[in-house]
Amino acid sequence: MYEVVSNVIIAPSIHRMEVRAPRIAAARQAGQFVIVRCSEGGERIPLTIADADPEAGTITLMIQAIGAGTAKLAAIQPPDGIRDVAGPLGMPTEIENVGKVVCVGGGVGTAVLFPLAKALADAGNHVTTIIGGRSEQFVILRDELAEFCDEVIVTTEDGSLGTKGFVTIPLGEIIADPEKRPEAIYAIGPVPMMAAVAEQTRPSGIHTIVSLNPIMVDGTGMCGGCRVTVDGQVKFACVDGPEFDGHLVDFRELATRQQAYCDDQHCRMTDAMENQE
Amino acid sequence: MSDQPLTPKERMAIGRTTMPEQDPAKRATNFEEVNFGLSYEAAVQEAKRCLVCKSRSCVEGCPVAVRIPEFLEALASGDVAGAAEILRVDNALPATTGRVCPQEVQCEKVCVRGKKGDPVAIGWLERFVADWAAENMANPVAPDKQTGRTVAVVGSGPAGLTAAGELARMGHSVTVFEALHDSGGVLRYGIPEFRLPKKIVDAEVACLESLGVKLEFNVIVGRTITVTQITEEFDACFIANGAGLPMFLNVPGEQLKGVYSSNEYLTRVNLMGAYKPESTTPIARGDNVVVFGGGNTAMDSVRTAKRLGAKRAIIAYRRSREEMPARIEEVHHAEEEGIEFMLLMSPLEINGGEDGWVKSIRLQKMELGEPDASGRRRPVPIEGSEFELEAQVAVVAIGTRANPILSSACPDLKLNKWGNIEIDDNQMTSIPGVFAGGDIVRGGATVILAMGDGKHAANAIDRYLQSK
Ligand SMILES: Cc1cc2nc3c(=O)[nH]c(=O)nc-3n(C[C@H](O)[C@H](O)[C@H](O)COP(=O)(O)OP(=O)(O)OC[C@H]3O[C@@H](n4cnc5c(N)ncnc54)[C@H](O)[C@@H]3O)c2cc1C
Ligand SMILES: Cc1cc2nc3c(=O)[nH]c(=O)nc-3n(C[C@H](O)[C@H](O)[C@H](O)COP(=O)(O)OP(=O)(O)OC[C@H]3O[C@@H](n4cnc5c(N)ncnc54)[C@H](O)[C@@H]3O)c2cc1C
Ligand code: SF4
Ligand code: SF4
Ligand code: FES
Repeated sequence: MYEVVSNVIIAPSIHRMEVRAPRIAAARQAGQFVIVRCSEGGERIPLTIADADPEAGTITLMIQAIGAGTAKLAAIQPPDGIRDVAGPLGMPTEIENVGKVVCVGGGVGTAVLFPLAKALADAGNHVTTIIGGRSEQFVILRDELAEFCDEVIVTTEDGSLGTKGFVTIPLGEIIADPEKRPEAIYAIGPVPMMAAVAEQTRPSGIHTIVSLNPIMVDGTGMCGGCRVTVDGQVKFACVDGPEFDGHLVDFRELATRQQAYCDDQHCRMTDAMENQE
Repeated sequence: MSDQPLTPKERMAIGRTTMPEQDPAKRATNFEEVNFGLSYEAAVQEAKRCLVCKSRSCVEGCPVAVRIPEFLEALASGDVAGAAEILRVDNALPATTGRVCPQEVQCEKVCVRGKKGDPVAIGWLERFVADWAAENMANPVAPDKQTGRTVAVVGSGPAGLTAAGELARMGHSVTVFEALHDSGGVLRYGIPEFRLPKKIVDAEVACLESLGVKLEFNVIVGRTITVTQITEEFDACFIANGAGLPMFLNVPGEQLKGVYSSNEYLTRVNLMGAYKPESTTPIARGDNVVVFGGGNTAMDSVRTAKRLGAKRAIIAYRRSREEMPARIEEVHHAEEEGIEFMLLMSPLEINGGEDGWVKSIRLQKMELGEPDASGRRRPVPIEGSEFELEAQVAVVAIGTRANPILSSACPDLKLNKWGNIEIDDNQMTSIPGVFAGGDIVRGGATVILAMGDGKHAANAIDRYLQSK
């Protein structure tokens, strides 16, 4: 049993949860994830490790409750625990000081982006972060990001906070400005958002890294369920990724594979994704 | 309770017993075990067929050299507990091997009685004795004298479990690190309930726990901890992480929805329980399910598909029936259950509909040509024989390779060109004190070979620890 140390709501249906998992806290690097299972018979749910405290032996998860599994997980309150937490999984992000970088987060993707932005800032990069949400209440981690980012730009679809529209608007302005043009862009969020960003940066050739979230089972390369096509090659997102060169990813295939079980279960994930975008 | 010993002639006069099993039409709709197991009377009678040969050829046929004549003699005299004691020493998981060993190419193949007529049903008797022991005998306990030495075992498949049990019996303190949330490796996530009920794996693991073995789940060695960390914390290590990396066909359309590796298909069903109505894990079902391959994994997948409601559950195998590596009993059972066999058939392409789901498979007929490197006749395509087969689900069961998660975080570990770990005669790897066995060394092999490795490694580890 992995003890839930705290669980707070930071936006509608988004929880920040601290879980005691000392081995993972000690081993994890930015870009990696865990697979959790609430209880006996439960689903295996992949979640990015948003932060970790090796001394306290805890990791932080940001959970968007969008389906049966994530709803059950988000309902666990201290001092109860999670049956299984396995990780850290996936390849860590290669963090280098490249100069200027832009991080783009959509919806709960902002949570996935958070540790990455932090690591990039720690490495000495000039970090601009663009975060988008449907409306003000869905914009998460703005203050936390502002603590270490050089600039945080917010977009909302209804204009209730920051720029009205999608994250691609401010991003377009940045890449059009030779002064601001970044060396690398990290885009993490719903598939349509990542695909849009990759298309936007393709003409300029700016290195664009995306973090893919296909359906997973084991997370260790054993099942192949998470396979994605990158540069015409089949990759297992759980071991080869989850980060890939956005210009080489077959997003259309990813989007359709993500919906494999929509007929079986309610398609809440996709709805939530589209709402976020 | 023991009768007079029979004369060889009397023994020869007894015909091989039959295994009571679920009716094929009924069992093709449920996940309960196919074989019911022998009755006490049938088991004792079958054991009496054994001639207790001096040549002991059956023992040579068994990769772990189970003392077959001795355990059969005990059973024949009605001493099931005695038979169980013998088995337990030689074979750590007899309830499992009795069910899944390919007996027809091992112990039973060389049984003297098989020369004229049917061999002794050694597998069924092994199963009978092990099941009896599980119900009637107490679990073994840890020895009083502990060595104070610590050993880490990576992976809880048959190799890891066997090594853990042996080492615990020797008084070492054993911790098993398992990547998944449950034990057993392929025994849990691969081999289906209808062939190996999971309560048997549970019982074997409970036995280990009563011996003092600690199991730690959700630890992916190479990610959660490294082999180097293990060597710092423990006196020795046994790596038995299996060969769990699925191979795909590399034909167009393999990324369509409804195409699974056998690992994913079976894991969803067995480990995650997708066949149970209350399960939250989904699995794609369809009227036509095509499984590529001819091994145990393919047989397990296709019979699973049938049980999940497929009207046509089809094996497409590129060689002929003689070359199918699956256990004979499973092929028979599959046939009885109405599985279709398309032999000498190779997939060219998987076609999908607008919705991104599998719709049909383009297959090509093959014929057997010259023998290849493996000595088997190589299948060669027949021009113009291509045709389209309607299907909603396709399962690729063409084998697995070594998973690099552990080794990529351990550059000192010497691998061969296929990524399998290299070992010496003592099963020690290139890292002193680190041993390896099972599928990670052999490539996809069998349960009993993995267990044999576990046992040999445990002995080698014990010698290593004593010499330190
Ligand atoms: C590497 C990785 C990191 C992730 N990090 C986070 C994170 O930090 N925070 C977070 O809230 N979510 C994260 N996710 C997504 C999260 O795993 C899914 O939201 C969750 O598995 C859905 O489970 P559920 O039982 O709640 O929904 P379900 O009811 O099972 O799913 C609803 C629908 O969502 C789709 N779906 C199921 N699983 C996934 C999946 N893994 N990815 C995309 N769609 C899926 C299916 O179409 C399904 O029908 C991550 C996913 C991956 C692969
Ligand atoms: C579907 C199927 C049916 C089969 N049927 C038969 C049969 O009828 N008869 C027969 O004799 N053989 C059969 N086999 C083959 C047999 O199951 C294997 O040869 C045997 O299980 C190998 O044992 P192992 O202990 O080496 O590995 P595995 O059983 O593969 O166990 C390895 C374990 O290590 C864990 N692991 C992997 N990586 C790590 C890591 N980095 N850290 C921690 N843990 C890790 C895995 O999760 C797993 O639990 C079958 C195989 C399959 C797939
Ligand atoms: S372990 Fe397998 S090969 Fe050996 S005696 Fe038992 S069934 Fe036969
Ligand atoms: S070869 Fe057959 S008959 Fe002879 S001892 Fe072995 S099992 Fe008995
Ligand atoms: S989730 Fe199974 S291989 Fe990636």
